[in-house]
Amino acid sequence: MSEQVLFKNRRVDCRPASLADYRAGGGYEALTKAVRTMTPDEVIKVVMDSGLRGRGGAGFPTGRKWSFVRKDAPHPRYIQCNTDEMEPGTFKDRILVNTDPHLVIEGIVLCGYAVQADHGVFFIRPSYDADARLLERELEVAREAGLLGKNILGSDFSFDIDVHRSAGRYICGESSAQANAIMGKRPNPDKNSHMTDSGLWGLPTVVNNVETLASVPSILRNGVEWFQTLAASPTGDGTKLYSVSGEVAEPGCFELPGGTRLGDIIFGAAGGMLPGAEFKTCLPGGTSTSFVAREHLETPMDFDSMKKAGLSLGTGSVIVFDKNTCLVQATINILAYFARESCGWCTPCREGIPYMKHILERIEAGEAGERDVELLQRVADGMEHAYCGFAPGAAMPVHGLLKHFRDEVREHLDGRGCPFVGEGVAKPGLWTSLDRDETVPDEADSEGRDG
Amino acid sequence: MLPRELEQEIAEMVRETDHVEEKIIDVIYLLQRHFGYFSDEAMGHAARLTGKTLVELEELATFYDFIYREPLGRFVIHVCDGVTCWMHHENGLFDYLCRKLGVEVGETTADGLFTVLPTACLGNCHNAPAMLVNGEHYGRLTPEKVDRILDNLRENADTIPLCLCR
Repeated sequence: MSEQVLFKNRRVDCRPASLADYRAGGGYEALTKAVRTMTPDEVIKVVMDSGLRGRGGAGFPTGRKWSFVRKDAPHPRYIQCNTDEMEPGTFKDRILVNTDPHLVIEGIVLCGYAVQADHGVFFIRPSYDADARLLERELEVAREAGLLGKNILGSDFSFDIDVHRSAGRYICGESSAQANAIMGKRPNPDKNSHMTDSGLWGLPTVVNNVETLASVPSILRNGVEWFQTLAASPTGDGTKLYSVSGEVAEPGCFELPGGTRLGDIIFGAAGGMLPGAEFKTCLPGGTSTSFVAREHLETPMDFDSMKKAGLSLGTGSVIVFDKNTCLVQATINILAYFARESCGWCTPCREGIPYMKHILERIEAGEAGERDVELLQRVADGMEHAYCGFAPGAAMPVHGLLKHFRDEVREHLDGRGCPFVGEGVAKPGLWTSLDRDETVPDEADSEGRDG
Repeated sequence: MLPRELEQEIAEMVRETDHVEEKIIDVIYLLQRHFGYFSDEAMGHAARLTGKTLVELEELATFYDFIYREPLGRFVIHVCDGVTCWMHHENGLFDYLCRKLGVEVGETTADGLFTVLPTACLGNCHNAPAMLVNGEHYGRLTPEKVDRILDNLRENADTIPLCLCR
């Protein structure tokens, strides 16, 4: 197994690492080093030099984002730790929080020190209520240990973190929508202001994903050179959490060198296809990324390599499809999700996503012709004119479907309907028996923490 | 009238914060848990205790998945219909639950115990098909497993405390 940095304290029994467990492995050494021996600018420089990029999906350089907070910016300044994670296929942050809550907490405090913030907000979705309770408990533990609150570790740096429970909606994962949600407003995105100038309550706010912040402590402790040796590809900064789900033998979340080849993730870490299943395609980074062609299995899973291949890394959450699964149906499911979760504020998203779904439903039913496929393409192209990234993301699987699986779409046209329906074709929808071994203990399930 | 303890808990929460807006969702959750759903009466209390207007509260209440403006069962069964659960027969899970409970999706059982709802991806894709009940994740569901879960909830309905984000 390659070096485990984020999952260093992952346990077989799924119990989250305690403060003592975390400290035994060098936890909070980075924070001690930072507040006692480093200036905030030095912390930012190390993170910038490391090449760490945001793990929430956009891949923006983390150190650069932090450097946008002006030195003379007003206080209080905020850190928003994004634990919304609602994109289908994505479950890395839940596992990370449940594996090592203090790793995440230390990451937030370090970010707070780097931009001299006063307050952190842990934004967490309602279906992760067990995680919210866990974090509240561990934040108190950190406070009692002097790692959080007034004069952290005896320094003149004071910083505290609150847990903010969301009431749920995928759009709350968008940073400005999330800020609106925290401020008790309807969480529409707001692209007019820069969060680092004017975020929460009009004050400087840095928004980072859980996994991004959790990557920071080890960089400060072990140095930039060490961090750069972790990756498998020249631009695959550090290690990366890849979650794999779908028709694979061993679905789960794996910490692998950044830039591990897509095929190695599926056929190595995740144990290959389920017995009887044959690989057709996957969504490499969650449902707002494109279906891939078979040759893309060779592509390193890092931001730049994926972009060069015309794909996007997204959250690195690989959803694997079997050859007998109808991709038109799969795309209908995905668009139903996006249509339901859209905030509905701008027209392309509100009207366009349901319209794409409608066209696909006609294709699935055999009621569409070649012109409808062209129409679908045009509507998908139009999604880039939406106000925020939600609609272009929703259009990505449609783009992939039409680019790499147009023949499969065409098989549905002109009255033919879905070729995956009928005798001898195993397709989702029949819930007769579980098609994999149960390997997850019941207790882990019922405690809401697993993986 | 609210129970004194709940009234005090909310009043204190509002008093202690610099921004009452930050606490609105928590206030709604507390009231929703007390009333079983975010009823008109609950909304009236929320407005009184936070100083927000009914329109401001309704705007939020109708936006979010986990705020309920209609009555529902003690246990809300959130069945994931994300694409991974879909390929692992989430349809069948819905069918089974609804047949077993004698309801359609969105309906509540006659004894007031269960409501079945579709939900956004639960973040339990490696254990598909998955569902969430009272803050607990359940995955790799089979008919037998679903039976055990329902039986347990039914038998202990009076003693199982309800989580905040129900």
